[in-house]
Amino acid sequence: MSGNIKPDAKSTAQIPVVYMKNIIKKFGDFVANDTISLKVHKGEVHALLGENGAGKSTLMNVLYGLYTPTSGQIFINGKEVEIKNPNIAIQHKIGMVHQHFMLVKPFTVTENIILGMEKTGSFGKLHIAEAEKEVEELSKKYGLAVNPRAKIEDITVGMQQRVEILKALYRGADILILDEPTAVLTPQEIYELGKIVHNLTKEGKSIILISHKLKELKIMADYCTIIRRGKFIDTVDVSKTTEEELAAKMVGRAVNFIVDKKPKEAGEVVLKIEDLVVKDNRGLDAVKKLSLEVRRGEILGLAGIDGNGQSQLLEAITGLRKIESGKVSIHNKDITNKTPLEIIESKISNIPQDRQKRGLVLDFSVSENLILENHFKKPFAKKGVLDHLKITEFSIELIDKFDVRPTDENKIVGNLSGGNQQKVIIAREVTNDPDLLIAAQPTRGLDVGAIEYVHRALVRQRDEDKAVLLVSLELDEVINVSDRIAVIYEGAIVGMVDAKDADIESLGLMMAGGTASD
Amino acid sequence: MIKKFLKLFSNNVFLFTVISIFLGLFIGAIILLAAGFNPLQAYGVMLQGIFGKPKYLSYVIIRSTPLILTGLSIAFAFRTGLFNIGAEGQYIIGSTVAVVVGYFIHLPAILHIPLVIICALIASGFWGGITGFFKARFGVNEVISTIMLNWVALYLQNFLIYTPGFQKPGGEVSYAIQPTASITFLDKWKRSEEGIAWLLDHPFWRDLFKTPINWGFLIAIAVAVLVWFILKHTTLGYRLRAVGFNLYAAEYGGINVKKNMVISMTIAGALSGLAGALQVMGVSHQISLLAAMEGYGFDGIAVSLIGNSTPIGCVFSGLLFGGLKYGGPKMQPAMGAPSEIINIVIGIIVFFIAIPQVIRLILEFGKRKKAEKV
Ligand SMILES: Nc1ncnc2c1ncn2[C@@H]1O[C@H](COP(=O)(O)OP(=O)(O)OP(=O)(O)O)[C@@H](O)[C@H]1O
Ligand SMILES: [Mg+2]
Repeated sequence: MSGNIKPDAKSTAQIPVVYMKNIIKKFGDFVANDTISLKVHKGEVHALLGENGAGKSTLMNVLYGLYTPTSGQIFINGKEVEIKNPNIAIQHKIGMVHQHFMLVKPFTVTENIILGMEKTGSFGKLHIAEAEKEVEELSKKYGLAVNPRAKIEDITVGMQQRVEILKALYRGADILILDEPTAVLTPQEIYELGKIVHNLTKEGKSIILISHKLKELKIMADYCTIIRRGKFIDTVDVSKTTEEELAAKMVGRAVNFIVDKKPKEAGEVVLKIEDLVVKDNRGLDAVKKLSLEVRRGEILGLAGIDGNGQSQLLEAITGLRKIESGKVSIHNKDITNKTPLEIIESKISNIPQDRQKRGLVLDFSVSENLILENHFKKPFAKKGVLDHLKITEFSIELIDKFDVRPTDENKIVGNLSGGNQQKVIIAREVTNDPDLLIAAQPTRGLDVGAIEYVHRALVRQRDEDKAVLLVSLELDEVINVSDRIAVIYEGAIVGMVDAKDADIESLGLMMAGGTASD
Repeated sequence: MIKKFLKLFSNNVFLFTVISIFLGLFIGAIILLAAGFNPLQAYGVMLQGIFGKPKYLSYVIIRSTPLILTGLSIAFAFRTGLFNIGAEGQYIIGSTVAVVVGYFIHLPAILHIPLVIICALIASGFWGGITGFFKARFGVNEVISTIMLNWVALYLQNFLIYTPGFQKPGGEVSYAIQPTASITFLDKWKRSEEGIAWLLDHPFWRDLFKTPINWGFLIAIAVAVLVWFILKHTTLGYRLRAVGFNLYAAEYGGINVKKNMVISMTIAGALSGLAGALQVMGVSHQISLLAAMEGYGFDGIAVSLIGNSTPIGCVFSGLLFGGLKYGGPKMQPAMGAPSEIINIVIGIIVFFIAIPQVIRLILEFGKRKKAEKV
């Protein structure tokens, strides 16, 4: 996309806009960044690649002034600077869009963008109309279409991200840090983000992009710096390398992109959904007379564009949302409108879509999170008293098995990297040994090595004759991992295909509302 | 530099608390100075008034007992994400029920004392539970419902005071509880002839027993340990904390959020009610007409805040509070310094304690945790 602006001499001749030199950042004894250097030139898209917990977000937080480096230097346009806080970062024209967004939900798009730099008239009156116009102009210039008057809580995640980008641009950012911008986006939105990034670099902005999706990196980035376990590994020219090479550099071994799985005969029905109707928060029907079966020994992939009732469906199955009509049963046992606990006890496990809201108590330690559903059961508790020793033992085992980094069961989960937070949830849910495992976006934010692991874990569940319901916005993942694929559109299943016969085009068509046969 | 300094203190709660206390005293000193008093002398008087005699220390402990318990009550609810403004009313219910059961029922002490305590716990627990129930069932904000229930409790007590058979003739007070319901140390003995004679020969004990020193403080300490144990080591505590930190995740994990809100408020209510009951059984032995709230519940908020919402913290901050509240006003008769100064000092301490939250907010501005997540 931005491959046209890649003069080869640049990297040596020009002064880099950002030069981070030998950055070390420690948290207590833990070294999150171990002597990392990074050079970014004007108009370049520079990717940061590394496993979960490698230290990417930390490095960028240092650049944005959120963390003070333990040692190391930062040069902006050749001049050494000390970035003590985000305000100073903004003065140096650095903007950042975080992995987890930072918007004020009840505010409008414009209010969020101007927050902290409002222009006011007499008596402190906000010049909101003026600001709205500015926002509109800005969004036009870079092709970032948003409605300046919409409330944040009413717009999609993709839109929220645009607001974050606009927020940075409004503050005059020339260097834009995007921390895993695509993890939360639909394929269409990712495509549009690619265009936006291209527009930005065309205008001379430089972009630092963190992503685990190698395919995107290949398309969007010019250079890529790879870090592993806090250490600098290499900076490569993206056009001169392959996805496999990148993956190997980042993980330190060859990664298998194809999911290994042997053909398997599916058994009896485990989850049965009949004519399910569920409403969304606004009181409209989000799931409309949906019927679906998931059988023993199969992975059923649910494909669909975000917002077609997937989240409401999953919440209804797991007891978190009321079922208006219809029936859900597991092994012929009715679980319609049962409590979450009763449903968990019916051997259903769930990797929720929103890990920070549903999946984790961020202020709890790793081990406390690992026993969430089972905290009152043996061996973790006896007669209402927790057995911390057993809990610790269990946690150490899981941390080891699921490669959660760092290996510290007492670490507060909120301080783990995004991907490792996800691993904690997966460890817990898979270990529950469910008859039905629901996995919603299980690999969101995970590095390729971890994705490989999660996919294997899902396949292992299936091979052990358990049922798996995989909900993902990523078609590749659905096709690769599933045995059968159901397509959801506007709250109903509009198509069902065997994964062996699935192709992206016809699935895409169904997801957009067409039928398989057209 | 400053940022590092602030960071250090906002991360070390204990250090910050100590610094805040000194800052409070320091600013209090400046105010005293401005008002024309020698602060060293004033604080000297205060310290003398706290540690000078066994009697003084005993009063400090007596003063602290209800504060520790209301502080625990607020801290406990806070761990479940609830703000218990109702400690005041729960305290009133506890003390009222204690007098009713303590006066009307005749039993040997070994049965009477536990009975009074249990009845007070049940009634005040129920009183707190109402708030939890309204919150869980109808989404009524606990701050609003507890404030209303505080007034209901107050008027309930005043109404009872005027009830014939309960009101002591000639005063706006109730009858005193039976001696069998008292937890004051050696209450009867120290007024008997041989007791008076013995104490005459033993000035230390005589001084100490001038005060209504009682079992209450020891019970409060035991309860603080119990609360710590519940929060840290039981499945109940685990659930309550999970709900307090993230009720969505708790719900997802099969924890009944509503039930736990009711449980949390019930226990919080019982803790405040215990404060009231112990006060009656150990110190006042009766209740009187309330013109306004006595403030044990509201002081409990400050105690819990200074104690960082931890049980052990509440014990120490309750003692600190009791000391300041008892020793501080002694400045007035001794040197004419306004005793309000000590309230200002307390206010400043609370202010500085609350500041780490503010500093943390500033430091983390833009970071994941405090900012509105989308
Ligand atoms: N505030 C903190 N306190 C303690 N440790 C931290 C803190 N922030 C990050 N870490 C640790 O530093 C390491 C690097 O985290 P970082 O968030 O930079 O990883 P990342 O490369 O962005 O990973 P991911 O791809 O999973 O987002 C992790 O092991 C994490 O646990
Ligand atoms: Mg990260």
